[in-house]
Amino acid sequence: MVPEMSDHSGTSSLSQDSTQRPLSRRQVFERRQKRRSLLIALASSLAVIGLLVALIPQTPGWYKVKRSFFNGPILDETFPALLRAFVKDIQIFLWCAPCILVLGMLLAICRNVRSPLLFPLRLFAAAYTDIFRGIPVILTILLIGFGVPGLGMDRPWNSPYLWGSVALILAYSSYVSEVFRAGIESIHESQRAGARSLGLSTSQTLRHIIIPQAIRRVIPPLMNDFVSLQKDVALISLIGPIEILRQAGIDKSKYANFTPYVGAAIIFLLLTIPETRFVDHLMSRERRRTSGTAVR
Amino acid sequence: MTPKILLDDVHKSFGTRSVLKGISIEVAQSEVIAFIGSSGSGKSTLLRCVNLLESIDDGAIFLDGVDISAPGLNPDPVRQRIGMVFQSFNLFPHMTVLQNVSLAPHKVLGQSKKESESHARELIARLGLSDRADGYPDQLSGGQQQRVAIARSLAMNPEVMLLDEITSALDPELVGEVLDVVRELKSNGMTMLLATHEMGFAKEIADRVCFLHEGQILECSSPAEFFTNPTHQRTQQFLQRVTEAGRL
Repeated sequence: MVPEMSDHSGTSSLSQDSTQRPLSRRQVFERRQKRRSLLIALASSLAVIGLLVALIPQTPGWYKVKRSFFNGPILDETFPALLRAFVKDIQIFLWCAPCILVLGMLLAICRNVRSPLLFPLRLFAAAYTDIFRGIPVILTILLIGFGVPGLGMDRPWNSPYLWGSVALILAYSSYVSEVFRAGIESIHESQRAGARSLGLSTSQTLRHIIIPQAIRRVIPPLMNDFVSLQKDVALISLIGPIEILRQAGIDKSKYANFTPYVGAAIIFLLLTIPETRFVDHLMSRERRRTSGTAVR
Repeated sequence: MTPKILLDDVHKSFGTRSVLKGISIEVAQSEVIAFIGSSGSGKSTLLRCVNLLESIDDGAIFLDGVDISAPGLNPDPVRQRIGMVFQSFNLFPHMTVLQNVSLAPHKVLGQSKKESESHARELIARLGLSDRADGYPDQLSGGQQQRVAIARSLAMNPEVMLLDEITSALDPELVGEVLDVVRELKSNGMTMLLATHEMGFAKEIADRVCFLHEGQILECSSPAEFFTNPTHQRTQQFLQRVTEAGRL
């Protein structure tokens, strides 16, 4: 063995004050590597952005696109109305979310029951998730939003808000129930053995031991679904309610300009970007907690 | 006198693999039986069958003369009377030590929350974990976790305890604290069945040591007899290997 190789400078300097000791081979290498990665990332980003900024305005239609999509004065004028309409989206989201959580959990539990008496429930839950996971959300909204009010019930039972929300709840509770189901199935069998050995019944075990742990485990993927829901609320505009997308459509026609759509997109991003960042943060924390250090 | 536990020709297989091939044994009240044998000999399965975590294929298991292995019998009341401690603790990670111990008495025995918690605190103190009562399992050492698991079982006031290799997942220096608890249980007259690799401990604590080999009990005798004068050739070989490994 080469003498230098057996010098454990890397491990010994870890416990020491690094300012007093010379950097270890590993530290020198990692610093250089880090600086290099940073420089490459910076250079490549600048090149791509520069290229886009330089090339797009060269296209023949750019001045027209700029006028009809990125029109400053129109944005200023329509933005407040868009924001007011967005309150409606948030309201719909806020009453749909708890319904989806409850219904999703009930469906997940139904799919886990083993009692033959409750077999119809299990069958129903399986069929339900198959159907609503398999239909595009937009179709569910159109079918329910136009179909049910056709039954001719009086107000408020013909409200598009109501049936649009119901359609969202049906679609999303089927997604969420699959997330819950995966969470329930991910809890190790030894937890069940521990609980049952104490005399807890199947349902007590599910309620006190399995579900609390499953919920903790699925919070990040669940949040992901709710970020999607936040956006899909806009699909309700198709059956009438004046929420942000509808408002943007109205303004588009009024000004004969697409800028309100860009305005609506900006408003969505203001909400969803922090949300997705937060989910990413939760997910990486969960990963660190369960799998230790990252492998290079 | 009716034995506390009676196993009568118990058979169990997983698929085509036969794990227990006709186990019969009588366990008297307050008797401590140690099952030893190599991995895969059926020790754990045997204990899990007594706790009804596994259903047996043939034969019968009696608790105080009542057949608890009858098909269709509700296992929950039986399990309340038979405590089980697992090799890997199986504590509930989302609950504090106190909640782990007080959950079953509260939910299953119907004790009030206050009653179950004060009883749990007593037990936790008895096992020397008072300062850990409000911590979570992840914050405890293996030995402490296993003591919590024992407290959790004891909280149900079981008549029988099944200890499934409860020290196998522990660092050697933590084994002692867990075995101390088992010694205390024995001095209180608890009926216990234990699967163990701790030969020294089996010798010290068991009234009878049983050697399991390929799903059968080859011999059962007092520790003095068993360790000095084993009759069966397989037992001799096993003890020979254990001695060579420095575990006896």
